[in-house]
Amino acid sequence: MTTASEQFLRDAATKTADLRHRAVIQKNIGSYDAAVTRGKSRYADWQNARSRAAAIKWETINHLDRYLEQFERNVLENGGHVFWAETAVDAREHVLLLARRHGVRKVVKSKSMTTEEIHLNEALETAGIHTVETDLGEYICQIRGEPPYHIVTPVMHLTKADIAQTFQEKLGTPPTDSAEELAMIARVRLRHEFMTADMGITGANFAIADTGMIAITENEGNARLSFSLPRVHVAIVGIEKLIPHFEDLALFWPLLSTSGTGQAITAYSSLIGGPRQGCEVDGPQEFHVILLDNGRTKLLADAEQRDALHCIRCGACLNTCPIYKNIGGHAYGTTYQGPIGSVITPHLRDAREWSHLPYSSSLCGACTDVCPVRIDLHHHLLHNRRNAIQHKFDSPIQRLLFGVWLWTMQSSIRYAVAAKLGRLALRLGLAQPLLKPWTAKREFPTPPKQSFKDYWRRHGPRT
Amino acid sequence: MRVALFIPCFVDQLFPNAGIAMVTVLRRLNVDVYYPQEQTCCGQPAFNTGYWDEARTLAKRYCEIFAGADAVVCPSGSCTAMVRNFYPELLGAQSSIPRTYEFAEFLVKQLGVTDVGAKFPARVTYHDSCHALRELRLKDEPRQLLRKVQGLELLEMDQAETCCGFGGTFSVKFPMISYAMDEVKVTSIQKTGAEYVVSGDSSCLMQIDGYLRRQNLPIKTISLAEVLAST
Repeated sequence: MTTASEQFLRDAATKTADLRHRAVIQKNIGSYDAAVTRGKSRYADWQNARSRAAAIKWETINHLDRYLEQFERNVLENGGHVFWAETAVDAREHVLLLARRHGVRKVVKSKSMTTEEIHLNEALETAGIHTVETDLGEYICQIRGEPPYHIVTPVMHLTKADIAQTFQEKLGTPPTDSAEELAMIARVRLRHEFMTADMGITGANFAIADTGMIAITENEGNARLSFSLPRVHVAIVGIEKLIPHFEDLALFWPLLSTSGTGQAITAYSSLIGGPRQGCEVDGPQEFHVILLDNGRTKLLADAEQRDALHCIRCGACLNTCPIYKNIGGHAYGTTYQGPIGSVITPHLRDAREWSHLPYSSSLCGACTDVCPVRIDLHHHLLHNRRNAIQHKFDSPIQRLLFGVWLWTMQSSIRYAVAAKLGRLALRLGLAQPLLKPWTAKREFPTPPKQSFKDYWRRHGPRT
Repeated sequence: MRVALFIPCFVDQLFPNAGIAMVTVLRRLNVDVYYPQEQTCCGQPAFNTGYWDEARTLAKRYCEIFAGADAVVCPSGSCTAMVRNFYPELLGAQSSIPRTYEFAEFLVKQLGVTDVGAKFPARVTYHDSCHALRELRLKDEPRQLLRKVQGLELLEMDQAETCCGFGGTFSVKFPMISYAMDEVKVTSIQKTGAEYVVSGDSSCLMQIDGYLRRQNLPIKTISLAEVLAST
């Protein structure tokens, strides 16, 4: 069986060799960069906004038990229901239970990475429930049978022409190069799905403790239709999505949209405070919140890396990451790609199986600089590497090599002798095979005859 | 003030000229330098791979060797960052760590010098090493020095702050990703029309040079210290 690590190496090799793929994402990320630069210029003090957001998230995550219970009390008071799902299985089964109870035959979904995380669509389809993604990007992913390529921009890897071709092949629509026509093809089909769906499933960008509301950020209006038209609304919310106060949205909504897309605020910003009330004429009859743990409390228990739960899933760390920009989102093989994914996946899933991800970084630190909630991303990659070694996920050969290396480096004489032999071997062309992964496409420098140490002995000290 | 030289293993063995040039410049500025012979490696390769116990042993060794220095100067942002930013994590925040400065940082921020009397008539572009830029927050210091070099024309590349893809063992464990990053970097360098790529970190320059030479491109790499030592 192919391991996750072998698969990653294989996919990364394919994707980096695909120059067209690299050109498409660099172009798309280029337009993102320009928009975000404009977006940040609207802030009087962007760094201060980041610090404020980090402080609020720090407070929330460090008292998460209290805020979650407050949130639950308020949801119940507003007439909603709360289910605590410890695992992905618990969450899926609860959705299926609700679907059976309400005789659901069709579900419309708005974009939600937590539902990707728990593989909800497959579970619904297996149960015979027709499930339709209504975010345009997710809709394209669904008809292509692909997972989202990016946590914010699911089809960042596709051009307009690729999408037209997908529609032509899968939906039988005529070829077009007009974005408006492509959007209209999806809109016509989706409108019908909204009108006939029994259940709407969404995620939540924020869950507000002091009002029991969830906040949803989107640009297409599909989320609003997904939770307001069907009889039942189910929101699947990671427990880290909490913010303490309603007023905190004034900071977090623009922060998320600025980092996510460069927008001051997204086109639709919705607050859901419960099911249809007695005097109201529309809205769902039932409102369910599923609070999802699925490994998050393991991360919460880790005081060193707890701040990884600050993440508001803006995607900024993916967009700035030189690794992501070259291998793209699918190569990771995870729900959450890029630096944040490489930090949290070993915690949320199997630490050994995903131990290669923290190593697949040059530790350049660009991610940490852009994170709007100041997660110490690249240092957490180092922490994950240390954890991997402590748990002995390394190969015995590597362990032995570092043992010998340490022994050598503890003596300047041993070091000088070993280094001299190494330089000689390189000059004679004997050591090159060892460097093959590096030298396959690059020239290794010819080592000099004398080291700095040699130089200093001969010419360094002034007499 | 007696200033100790820390010449990282990588520079010592593969790019000694960067270290020698640093000595030349410091002496030109009448800085009293000495070189503790016992020094080897700061421990970064082990630290970055996750072998923190091994790295800790070398961190303690470094602290003992450089304990008496008024300041330590190092021709690498990466190894300086290891000492300044990561030793406290390995040894405890209260531990006494020798004050270690990256070369350009030492000249500009400690000595207050930007004109070192160098002459280097060429078009150059500066590559920010990730550790100098984002761990030590050095962006303008090397450029201030380059702007004062006689005859030198400094051309900024659009991807100056993008990683070159070296990352130590990363470049061996994930050579295809590292190579793609190298390609992005070199493409950006080429667009400037520069004859030289300059950087404070020889490891980045090795990565860039390895690509340039395999592709037979006419651009050369040179350390900041060597540019500043030229007259």
